Amino acid sequence: MTGSSFNADDLAQFKQTFFDECAELLADLEERLSSLQEEAADSEALNAIFRAVHSIKAGAGAFGFSQLVQFAHRYEALLDRMRDGLVEQNERVADVLVRAGDILASFVEAAQSEQELGEDFGSEVGDEIDLLLAEIDGLESVLTSEEEQSDENSDSEGVQEDQNKSSCTYLIEFVPKAELLRHANEPLLLIRELQTLGDLQTECSLERLPTLGAMEPEDAYLSWMLTLKTDKSEEDIREVFEFVEDDCELKVSAIAAKDSGDGSLSFQIIEEVTEESEEDQATGTLKSEKPGAQSKAAETSVPETNPSDAPKKANVAAPKAKTASTPAQSSGVSSIRVDLDRVDRLVNVVGELVIAQSMQAQEAEDRQNGHEFLMNQANEDMSRIVRELQECVMAIRMQPVKSVFSRMPRLVREVSSKLNKQVRLLTEGEQTEVDKTVIEELADPLTHMIRNAIDHGIESPEEREAAGKKGTGAIKLLARHAGGNIIIQVIDNGSGINKEALLKKAISKGIVSEDAKLTDEEIEELIFAPGFSTAQAVTDVSGRGVGMDVVRRNINKLGGRISVQSVEGKGTCFTLTIPLSLAVLDGMLVAIGAEKYILPLASIVESFRPLEEQLRALAGGGEVVSMRGEYIRLIRAHHLFNVPGAVTDPCQGLVVVTETANGGKVGLLVDELIGQQQVVIKSIQENFDPVPGVSGATILGNGRVALILDIEQLKSMPVSADNWKSSSSEPLEQQEASPANGEEQRTIAPEAMTDTEGMQVPATV
Amino acid sequence: MARKVLTVDDSKTMRDMVRFTLSGAGFDVVEAEDGVQALSVLGSTKVDLIITDINMPNMDGVTLVKEVRGGSSHRGVPILVLTTEGGDAKKADGKAAGATGWIVKPFTPDKLVQVVNKVCP
Repeated sequence: MTGSSFNADDLAQFKQTFFDECAELLADLEERLSSLQEEAADSEALNAIFRAVHSIKAGAGAFGFSQLVQFAHRYEALLDRMRDGLVEQNERVADVLVRAGDILASFVEAAQSEQELGEDFGSEVGDEIDLLLAEIDGLESVLTSEEEQSDENSDSEGVQEDQNKSSCTYLIEFVPKAELLRHANEPLLLIRELQTLGDLQTECSLERLPTLGAMEPEDAYLSWMLTLKTDKSEEDIREVFEFVEDDCELKVSAIAAKDSGDGSLSFQIIEEVTEESEEDQATGTLKSEKPGAQSKAAETSVPETNPSDAPKKANVAAPKAKTASTPAQSSGVSSIRVDLDRVDRLVNVVGELVIAQSMQAQEAEDRQNGHEFLMNQANEDMSRIVRELQECVMAIRMQPVKSVFSRMPRLVREVSSKLNKQVRLLTEGEQTEVDKTVIEELADPLTHMIRNAIDHGIESPEEREAAGKKGTGAIKLLARHAGGNIIIQVIDNGSGINKEALLKKAISKGIVSEDAKLTDEEIEELIFAPGFSTAQAVTDVSGRGVGMDVVRRNINKLGGRISVQSVEGKGTCFTLTIPLSLAVLDGMLVAIGAEKYILPLASIVESFRPLEEQLRALAGGGEVVSMRGEYIRLIRAHHLFNVPGAVTDPCQGLVVVTETANGGKVGLLVDELIGQQQVVIKSIQENFDPVPGVSGATILGNGRVALILDIEQLKSMPVSADNWKSSSSEPLEQQEASPANGEEQRTIAPEAMTDTEGMQVPATV
Repeated sequence: MARKVLTVDDSKTMRDMVRFTLSGAGFDVVEAEDGVQALSVLGSTKVDLIITDINMPNMDGVTLVKEVRGGSSHRGVPILVLTTEGGDAKKADGKAAGATGWIVKPFTPDKLVQVVNKVCP
């Protein structure tokens, strides 16, 4: 069927483009539809919605996604009526439009994943659309549009199947109207095309030709009488004149050659084209008796314009495109569309880099000349450019959070209507950009948080009014940049977190002990505890077996943090802090013994060298260090990772105070801080078992591997290294004194991974 | 010299398919995303055929046809409008504005080449 002569590779490539485009169109559609609930769409918005549906339908048609096309067709029909102002925009219509948008998205998704949706998928909404259409312009329109579609189908089949070989002769009277030429239609081309159908005799009439003075150069004056002997049908002939139907007088009549024996012809117009015998075909050839009157057009030698030639060429060109399309073949490929400005910037920076590099190379040669100043200059340029280059490349992957935010209004509407609550969603900072990967990972947590906010946060209108609030609750979703992070907040003006209830629940679930004394912040933190849910009853809205602990885990996976503040009776605010990119990290390089480690810069609060009296040992092997009256757990990094030769006395080394996602602090004992560095994160999980306390690795400037420490995990690791190494029960001091026994312990030092990682990196400097 | 076609469509999928098909058939293909862009392309490039979508932002296809027919540089160039099945009203609008013909979406590559050859000498 359609697209049959594109080869599979090309088709896959077009499909990829199509689905990318669909994603954009659907996002736009969603956004525009969601604003429908606020206010009626103006003609511009309606046009945009219509165009989105229309474009999806057109593309889907090209790939033969028939379910999608059929649904889009109905959807489009409704939108078309709306554009014409035939539909009153009310809640019902808005609802149908929004739901139809969802169905459309599902159809696109199904098409992309090559799944078949059930026959009656979306039929409910489809029926509603039909109902609306029927109300608008009576049942006929629905029926006609369906008929049209089926006509279309039978047409295309008909053309292929129409291999009726019997020949017939037609008389065609073709009288162009004056404007035919002005529409760039060319009678000569039509006559040529007719000639491809069979034996054609032409007769041109100059009757209508005016005097030279009265002649309009752009008007058509000639007309033709054509006789065609062909095995094609009258429809095929009329199809030749398809485009000029309204620009000409056209009469096509079938004639049969009677009296075939003597060559003198008498025409008889017959009503129907019936099968003619072979004899008739053989003898029925018509000859024009007036060669002198033959038109100029027919005298022009007519080349064989065989339409099937061109596609052959298309196929020849196909293998060339094949190589280019290979990456798009695998179904998992995703692509992004990038602002041209960003690519231009990238190209510029690379250009600069090349210059700086050649400068450096030049300088290296002239080194003997003592041009150290220039060398430094080149180095500085180089590092500036590299940094810029990195920013450019990262900017290419950046996309506004709008694509996620725009899904939320619908969610709010759905959930709030299900729960009989009134909620308004406000968004801010939709243009804030973040890495595409991050965006994709944000959708689920945000969806969950908004569901929660409506379900548990916002009260019913009655409750709200009783509490002296407006009946309609509000949820604000906002995004902004802060440092290398994007901050996303979900704020509701609902009931806030009931700390008493929360604590009670935590106790009943055994998450905290009964006599535990928790600060307000710590209580709020409990909602992130695994298996915690404050909902009195599990609703089908937020009670889906995942709680805030899953949200936190998802956010942590992105290298981000989530925290909560709440004022009872006033509302709750969840704050997500997520790095802009998953690929690079602003890190602090620290030395522990001979090893170097990276601490995420964002998690470092401060570092200091404690005095003897600031250190306290706890019963059970733990240690704390006091900082301005606050006790912070001390983790001896050298111990944890079993690094020999490190500073073991905190008073000789440095305690780096780091803050974890929920605000809890830990102090990490290291030898010294080396410096701040932006590092490229390499996953070690792909090649190495998960290592507690380590989130990844990076390659330093000197080619060595440094591990990136995961503060969150470090914090939750057992109090002291002794506990962690379960087999060992040696006291702390002894252990430190004998680093040699490290052999039997698990060594987490970069050496352990050099081989597995496949990096040719010296283990030590 | 290869015949030059301007394809005007806000959908990249459609532009890609037209470009691919027609370049395979020996055409030079230039693209525009809407009517306004198309007019700017026509201001600097001489084309032998215009294939335009109807529903586009900024300037729709029907307006584009009118503009081209009313202008001087390309008034005699064949213009094909892209319509969808059942889009008779659109066909009529396009024709009334001065389009040469139309192509019904979805189309096969064969059909596209055939229609193009039909109107473009």
